[in-house]
Amino acid sequence: MPYDSIVCVKQVPDTANITAEAMKEDGTVNRGALPTVFNPEDLHALEAALALRDEYGGTVTVLSMGPPKAGDVLRDSLFRGADRAILLTDRRAAASDTLATSYILAQAIKTIGRYDLVFCGRQAIDGDTAQVGPQCAEKLGIPQITYLQEVIGVHDRSIRVRRNIGRGWEIVDGRLPLLITVLDSANRPRPQGARRVMRMKRAKVPAEVAAEVKAAMPNATDEQRAAETDRRVAALRQSGLLIEQWDLDRIGADLQRCGLAGSPTKVHRIQAIVLTKEGYTEIAPTEAGVGQMIHELVVDRTWG
Amino acid sequence: MTEPNRQGEVWVFAEQEDGALHDVTLELCGKARELADRLGVRAGAVLPGAGVGPLAKRLIAQGIDNVYLVDHPRLANYQTLPYANALVTLIERHRPQIVVVGATAIGRDMAPRVASTLRSGLTADCTDLDIADVTDPKAGVDHKNLLLQIRPAFGGNIIATIVNYDQWPQMATVREGVMPLKPASNGHAGKIIEEKIDIDDTQMALKLIQRHIEPRKVNLKGARVIVSGGGGIGSKDNFKLLYDLAGAIGGAVGASRAAVDSGLIDKEHQIGQTGTTVRPALYIAVGISGAVQHRAGMEESAKIIAINTDRDAPIFSVAHYGIVGDFKQVIPMMIKAIKEKTR
Ligand SMILES: Cc1cc2nc3c(=O)[nH]c(=O)nc-3n(C[C@H](O)[C@H](O)[C@H](O)COP(=O)(O)OP(=O)(O)OC[C@H]3O[C@@H](n4cnc5c(N)ncnc54)[C@H](O)[C@@H]3O)c2cc1C
Repeated sequence: MPYDSIVCVKQVPDTANITAEAMKEDGTVNRGALPTVFNPEDLHALEAALALRDEYGGTVTVLSMGPPKAGDVLRDSLFRGADRAILLTDRRAAASDTLATSYILAQAIKTIGRYDLVFCGRQAIDGDTAQVGPQCAEKLGIPQITYLQEVIGVHDRSIRVRRNIGRGWEIVDGRLPLLITVLDSANRPRPQGARRVMRMKRAKVPAEVAAEVKAAMPNATDEQRAAETDRRVAALRQSGLLIEQWDLDRIGADLQRCGLAGSPTKVHRIQAIVLTKEGYTEIAPTEAGVGQMIHELVVDRTWG
Repeated sequence: MTEPNRQGEVWVFAEQEDGALHDVTLELCGKARELADRLGVRAGAVLPGAGVGPLAKRLIAQGIDNVYLVDHPRLANYQTLPYANALVTLIERHRPQIVVVGATAIGRDMAPRVASTLRSGLTADCTDLDIADVTDPKAGVDHKNLLLQIRPAFGGNIIATIVNYDQWPQMATVREGVMPLKPASNGHAGKIIEEKIDIDDTQMALKLIQRHIEPRKVNLKGARVIVSGGGGIGSKDNFKLLYDLAGAIGGAVGASRAAVDSGLIDKEHQIGQTGTTVRPALYIAVGISGAVQHRAGMEESAKIIAINTDRDAPIFSVAHYGIVGDFKQVIPMMIKAIKEKTR
């Protein structure tokens, strides 16, 4: 029996090396200033969906909310085997917290319509909140299974999985539709397929085409650019290489629930972590030095 | 969407498993008490489960005034929907102003579902909570006595303070080990309030087939002294030196992620942002550079000794005693000095 999956993926700044310069005055992140990557656990969510399709049939649709540049992760998903990709991009969605983000994603998922499973990575490395998956499940009115470790099998619209519960694991059965969040230990994401890359490397979202046209025709009028963008978009659609682009109107979103307006949590203050050199007692690496330190620790009752 | 209720209580979600309260719950009771006193309101705890009534006394001893007991056979094992639903029902019934939940596997599964249903804000993985007046710079409106929700963000490179002006309750999950555990007191008087809720079949969406819990092997959180090794230790053999030192002082052995990733020691021992957060009386960091993700898990220790060959290693910035030198020489000296002192 075939199953249709939707995978939510996010393009994130590579948080391994970030400085305070990447923050804007209002406390939000200046994403433009940072290198970006496919959120690691989302790759595992994608793999879980692809593996399920390979075994039981069905489709995999990848959904991402982000700026036009997030087309990168959608192309990557297509290269790895996704059947369909949708970019939800809209300036009015900017600065959404997890509640607003999950509302928007849930609206997009409802617009896609048919699905048996929604997969998300457990958490994104820019926020580490792990909230969007469960909140999305609540908005869709479906149960959630967090921290997926292994899909044991699907039978007659019932899925059996092993999930990690911190100090151990549990095996649970759940009836579809369900939302599942996936850990990075659940599987090994497949590499991009060489033939798929060849076939789809020119795939783009309309917003990327528009940016490309702007760069290529610096002296043209807006009408000329629009006409050229339309022409290129039509050509891509013709060859099946147009990645779908949706905005908040397309998914019937209530704007009061999106972006800053729809976000109850507000950033009050941001502090970059600076090393405070308070000064410490330097101990010489000698028996006398070490002996003195141990003596002090015994005297001040740190132990003993 | 819930309007602010300034007389509302400060609540803790009481997480229990197999008849015992989770450590983070006990830690949070102390914090809830403190916040409630500052706001001049009561501290409450929601205790869902099956046959968990006896645990209420312990919550009261940790400073809770009102324990809302939800005893139901369908709450015997944690499941998202019935637990989230119980909490939502009680929040709507009693309108607390603050709800804090441990950032455990269970807390991080349930709290977002609750916040989503209530359409209130939720801040994940806080490392500190405070109360302050805040001005909304955009609207120019002053908000009295908001909960400051303080957390690391962006892989620990930044500390963010989050507030929620008016979509209450103000909700946060808090990491285990970051709030000090206050001593229990039998003198504190509290009430147990039995709450009735309905749990219908649709909420029992998942069926538990099998559960396996590993016994806790390393007890980092309970240790008074932790000897922690990093990438600089180099080999499993060298790690034995750290075990010897821990043995001599009566401490536990911790590690940085570099030591775990290179297979020198089990992941269970990892300290830091993605490991355990500890605050022992003495933390000895050996061959650990002191990356912010590591410091996030140990800098609250009462005393810190850093041993590192690199004078400029960031670990020295949080140390009380710094030894610039090779641990292979320094540790045997320490063991010797300790044996002499404690003889
Ligand atoms: C999202 C994220 C989460 C993370 N979470 C954690 C976490 O929870 N915990 C954690 O620890 N890290 C975490 N990290 C990794 C962290 O950034 C560092 O990479 C890690 O802490 C480095 O470990 P280290 O200092 O032991 O190793 P290294 O950086 O390799 O440092 C080794 C140190 O040993 C010293 N040394 C070498 N030889 C000797 C000797 N003979 N005697 C004395 N000193 C010597 C060196 O001078 C150096 O300072 C995380 C990273 C990310 C991106």
